[in-house]
Amino acid sequence: MIETARYAYYPGCCSKASAKEYTATTRLVCKALGIELEESPDWICCGASSAHSIDRILGIALPAHELLYAGRMKLDLVASCALCFSRLKIAAAELKDDDVRKRVGEVLGQEIPGNPDYRVMHILQVLEKHLDRIHLEKPLKGLSVACYYGCLLGRPKEVAFDDAENPQVMDRVVAALGGEPVEWGFKAECCGGSHVFTRPDIVSKLSHRLLYQAKQAGADCLAVVCPVCHSNLDAMQKSIGKEYKEEVDLPAFYITQLVGLAAGLPPRKLMFEKLFVDPMRLLRAKGLA
Amino acid sequence: MISAQNTIRPRPHTTYRSFVEAHIRQSIAQCYQCGKCTAGCPVAYTMELTPRRVIRALQLGLENELENSSTMWICLSCLTCSARCPREINIAGVMEALRLATIGKKPTPDQKKFRLFHDLFIMSFQFSGRAYELGLGMAYNVMSGQFLNMASIIPGMLRRGKLAFLPHKSRGSETQHIFQRLEGQNKAMNQAEAGTK
Repeated sequence: MIETARYAYYPGCCSKASAKEYTATTRLVCKALGIELEESPDWICCGASSAHSIDRILGIALPAHELLYAGRMKLDLVASCALCFSRLKIAAAELKDDDVRKRVGEVLGQEIPGNPDYRVMHILQVLEKHLDRIHLEKPLKGLSVACYYGCLLGRPKEVAFDDAENPQVMDRVVAALGGEPVEWGFKAECCGGSHVFTRPDIVSKLSHRLLYQAKQAGADCLAVVCPVCHSNLDAMQKSIGKEYKEEVDLPAFYITQLVGLAAGLPPRKLMFEKLFVDPMRLLRAKGLA
Repeated sequence: MISAQNTIRPRPHTTYRSFVEAHIRQSIAQCYQCGKCTAGCPVAYTMELTPRRVIRALQLGLENELENSSTMWICLSCLTCSARCPREINIAGVMEALRLATIGKKPTPDQKKFRLFHDLFIMSFQFSGRAYELGLGMAYNVMSGQFLNMASIIPGMLRRGKLAFLPHKSRGSETQHIFQRLEGQNKAMNQAEAGTK
């Protein structure tokens, strides 16, 4: 019997709509690995890329609200969204400054203890830490995966847990699942993020480049760890293909879906039907579905 | 929405350079204009002032050029520039500082859509506590005039149950209180600063 690991879990706003499958499969996989996730009932938005762009203290106070919850629970805090992770961890670093801590405490209406040590992790780190718990029912044999990390796991160096230019942690997870991570140079290049609203032309250009490079590197699919990246690479893929006059057809999985698949969890629970680019043909061809 | 006059902004007698340097806790004089930031920036191709030129404009005190540029709003905060700078200047932090420094100014026509997006995003969780994607998308499309933005994916999102019709509420209304206390704090700080002048 493996010992249960417990973490405070921050699902993030996309978990309620556009990234339902990411949160659901995060919970499912963690349960299968004996990892308990404690969600705060009153978690609030981390402010994403907007709060810190219009007010410095707001950009720290919103994620700090969740840090205080994890602190009260005496648990490490885990986020599945790369952007939430980044904002939470940057806030934890900023709170080491006495003046910032005082102002944020005032805004949150509670005193923040001095010398705080809030530990924030991304789900990738948790998966890697507990890799030995995965019982490989269905190794991802023959599946070439382009691991896409995005901007926020390797930068800035104050909060990063992997290399800024050539991160490796997801490659190690995919390899442990029996899959074949491909070498490619665009692991940590930007997808265009929230410019899908303001400047969709930028998202098309940047995401097209990513999809094209992944395909050139021989990938069958992408593995993704951020709901915004995912929506740009999966939901927008067809219209990007039209714009650039070439169909890409590259399924984009959340990493947790791949872990669940390899661990032999029932495919209908892994919510593949939520993906825009249907992965079933690929999975059948590889004998994985 | 938090009103612009209550957000922290540079006092009239300070320059963008001093505001930026205080924000990133570094000196812009460190930059020797190698251009590595611009070379790696995924969106430099669509900026009228590239990251290197923004730093140069700060060094030279070209306040109008900085203020009227959209560079800081086009910046995706991907931090490639900061990670690669041989002088270790936090260039993405410079962009963040310029957003904060100009938030009280009237936006140029090109800056408008970016400012609108951020304002609407903040509004989408200010009352419910959690961001509301469908509401944000509809409000942005109507108010920006980009009516057909992402129209191609909306049917697919609905079919897959990936859009929530109603905002998801956090228990309690903590965000509302956070915004109220923040406005109070910013007002007090702005008044204190005005008093010491």
